[in-house]
Amino acid sequence: MKIIIAGDGKVGSMLTRQLSAEGYDITLIDANPKVLESTEEMYDIMAVQGNCATMEVLEQAGVRDSDLLIAATSADEINLLCCLTAHSMNKKLHTIARIRNPEYTDQIMKMRDTFPLSMTINPEKQAAIEIERLLKYPGFLKRDTFAKGRVEIVELRVDAGSPLCDHSLADLDSVVGCKVLVCAVLRDGSAVAPDGNYTLLAGDRIFVTAPTDTLQTLLKNLNIITHKVKRVMLCGGGRLSYYLAKQLEKSGISVRLIEQDYDRCVHLANLLPGVTVIHGDASDERLLESEGMEDCDALVTMTGLDELNMVISLQGTIRHVPQVITKLGRVDNSHILDRLPIGSTISPKQLCCNTIVRYVRALRNQTGAAQTVHTIADGHAEALEFRVDEGTKHIGEPLKQLHLKKNVLLVCITHKGNQEIPGGESFYEKGDTVIIVTSGDVVIYQLNDIFEA
Amino acid sequence: MNNKMIAKFIGKILMVEAAFMLPAYAISLYKHEEIAARAFLVTILLTMLAGGILVTATRGAKKGFHAKEGMVCVGISWIVLGLFGALPFFLSGAIPHYVDALFEIVSGFTTTGASILPEVESLSMSLLYWRSFSHWLGGMGVLVFLLAVSSGDERSKGFTMHILRAESPGPKVGKLVPRMKQTAEILYILYMILTVLNIIFLLAGGMPLFDSICTAFGTAGTGGFGIKNDSIAGYSPYLQNVCTVFMLLFGVNFSCYYMLMLRQVKSVFKDEELRMYVGVVLGSIVLIVLNLRGYYATIGETIRHVAFQVASIVTTTGFATTDFDLWPTFSKTILLCLMLVGACAGSTGGGFKCGRALLVFKGLRRSVRQIVHPGKVEVVRVNGRAIEEKVLENANAYLAAYALIIVASFLLISVDGYSVTTNLSAVLACFNNIGPGLEMVGPTCNYSAFSVFSKLVLIMDMLAGRLEIFPILILFSRTTWGKR
Repeated sequence: MKIIIAGDGKVGSMLTRQLSAEGYDITLIDANPKVLESTEEMYDIMAVQGNCATMEVLEQAGVRDSDLLIAATSADEINLLCCLTAHSMNKKLHTIARIRNPEYTDQIMKMRDTFPLSMTINPEKQAAIEIERLLKYPGFLKRDTFAKGRVEIVELRVDAGSPLCDHSLADLDSVVGCKVLVCAVLRDGSAVAPDGNYTLLAGDRIFVTAPTDTLQTLLKNLNIITHKVKRVMLCGGGRLSYYLAKQLEKSGISVRLIEQDYDRCVHLANLLPGVTVIHGDASDERLLESEGMEDCDALVTMTGLDELNMVISLQGTIRHVPQVITKLGRVDNSHILDRLPIGSTISPKQLCCNTIVRYVRALRNQTGAAQTVHTIADGHAEALEFRVDEGTKHIGEPLKQLHLKKNVLLVCITHKGNQEIPGGESFYEKGDTVIIVTSGDVVIYQLNDIFEA
Repeated sequence: MNNKMIAKFIGKILMVEAAFMLPAYAISLYKHEEIAARAFLVTILLTMLAGGILVTATRGAKKGFHAKEGMVCVGISWIVLGLFGALPFFLSGAIPHYVDALFEIVSGFTTTGASILPEVESLSMSLLYWRSFSHWLGGMGVLVFLLAVSSGDERSKGFTMHILRAESPGPKVGKLVPRMKQTAEILYILYMILTVLNIIFLLAGGMPLFDSICTAFGTAGTGGFGIKNDSIAGYSPYLQNVCTVFMLLFGVNFSCYYMLMLRQVKSVFKDEELRMYVGVVLGSIVLIVLNLRGYYATIGETIRHVAFQVASIVTTTGFATTDFDLWPTFSKTILLCLMLVGACAGSTGGGFKCGRALLVFKGLRRSVRQIVHPGKVEVVRVNGRAIEEKVLENANAYLAAYALIIVASFLLISVDGYSVTTNLSAVLACFNNIGPGLEMVGPTCNYSAFSVFSKLVLIMDMLAGRLEIFPILILFSRTTWGKR
């Protein structure tokens, strides 16, 4: 399948890496020859330099025989124009536009229907929803939902002194008091698919599959105290802040928002009358103190600078704010961040890439495609949900008899609405949904790909 | 530097080379050429062994592969290709000295066509085949072939760009389609189609099958090894004309053919490099024909010979139908200038390349204009597109390196004491991958008289010319081998 990606920014290059590795033919368009050259040297793709909204450049990129166009330049309007122009040249083309200006959000559905857009993505809005979900369940670093919200893969950090520390996975069930499965462990920047003898150490980040209704038990038995979030402090007043503040305000949470730029503050105060907008420097310790950071239930740092976010989050952790969430623009240095107590990290770009990759896979394979795809463990592992149909092999056979590929785990079976964390005797039947976790270089397109050839 | 990865690549290249020797081995068996058969068998086994050891010993090589590794990899690969490719000539005793054998096969792989053999007709068929086939292989590039056939780990494919850049000629090498494997496949498919067409046209003119195949290989790679002592002169005018046309076709940028395949005829005809190439060819033919009035019996014969010689030199093939060393000085000088220009970028031809000459010329014109209007801002454009300053700089740097190597080699081989014309034309003919030069290395003579040292210098020149200098030059730089 041929895919054109317009805009070689962070999202563009992240998508390029992911989609090119999955075997799609990628043509990348950008106006800046320098970034193009470095991307071209890193990945097996073709680069076209120019304005992606012009017919000439699109022609050069081979729009006529492409299947999908993803417009992710910095300007919404260019993205839109790029998709419109491209679609006029190739009526069969699927188009995805990144549109993130809050002024367009209310009309986004209308735009999608009026203009020939297959999908619009708004990374900041998506991240805001994700952060809100985390705030509702403090204790987890990340949550990914499957099986219509009934199963989750949650991320936990094994801190020194945690009941999990120094336990092998075989006796995990007795420690946490409910049936869960560790599907990936991130240690020192690389992901492993652990077996029963694997021993957890302090500093590991683990990815646990559990039915949603057992999450509360899990948290309780791990001595992670949870209490309802009532007061939240947001640092930085960007688009993400706006979306998040708006949603939190709606659910009755008191929000304090610190922003450095006065005009932006006025703008936000106008848009969000219920939010306490404070003009000041969020890295100023005294300001944080006087605004009562210690009394907050959660701190979310989302200024434009990753470094600043980390510093403020560290301050939050030191002052014992129960929940800290850090927004990051770059995700490639997360193995360093694992060593810092900065709470959950959220990358809008990563979320946005996940959504697009999911769309691409569904497009490639209308039948038998994964129903949901989540990249976990900083992109080192992937969780996919499949429906078992008549084409699936080994229906009804106990799992211990199956030969799965290396680094592939079957972590959950949903049978008639009941979730089961599988053991050796478990099996799946037609109509069930299963969740697969893969780590390393294994790419799974269809359920049958998980078996050793 | 990622030595393991480079060694692994070289191992694979050796395997490919061994596989490509099989047809020659088959011919030697079929023709009962026992000595040659033994030489090929030993060479194939040795090459396989060396390749196998390199590939197995470098399992688990790290992925880091950058521009420097790409260059070094290509440079060493070509030297190693020559070292092993020379063995059949040496082991069969057809060429008693190893350096001579090396000269012959490097001349083959680099599509030079310069020979040290006083007469080739006494060579066995399998060796003649191997000699001509090396042109075909070297024309498009062995590493590009490897890129077309190998399928590896998808995640680390970006580095293949460095290989394509290092091995393919031209100031700005790009892919035709997003995937490197497919790009390499398209290039080789176009190459094969044109070669087969060439063979068919030659067969239609009554040339024997073996001769057609070998001649087509020599033409396709713009190499110039003939299988007759008098090169192409003994064949009929029709066959000579077929050669002229196909030499010129192989001197065209292959991306033009790809565009034709995509029916983008307009952009092909508007291509400035192609226009320049056609202009240079036609202009030279007209001037030489005017200069040669009365030299041949009829005007038709004059045009035929001149067109052939011009095509042969400008595409850096080096076939000959007549001894142009006997032509008047003006004509010879034009040929010498054509040696410098060379064919189009992205073709199988050598030389400085029309495209690069165009860039240097346009850059020069801008400099002159800027002297007149010191504040003038001007962007150099080719085919209606702005050329990045870096590309221009590279073209100028290439010109400097090009001149420097010519001067240095000229100086080094002058120790042998032959005439200035001989030495200069020998360097130009080897460095630009043409083959025959003037006087003592003219179309009817050969390179056997040079000393071993001069031959080694010329071998390096041929490699530097084929790989566009830098992959060879980088091997001599101390910073290459040190830690980053």
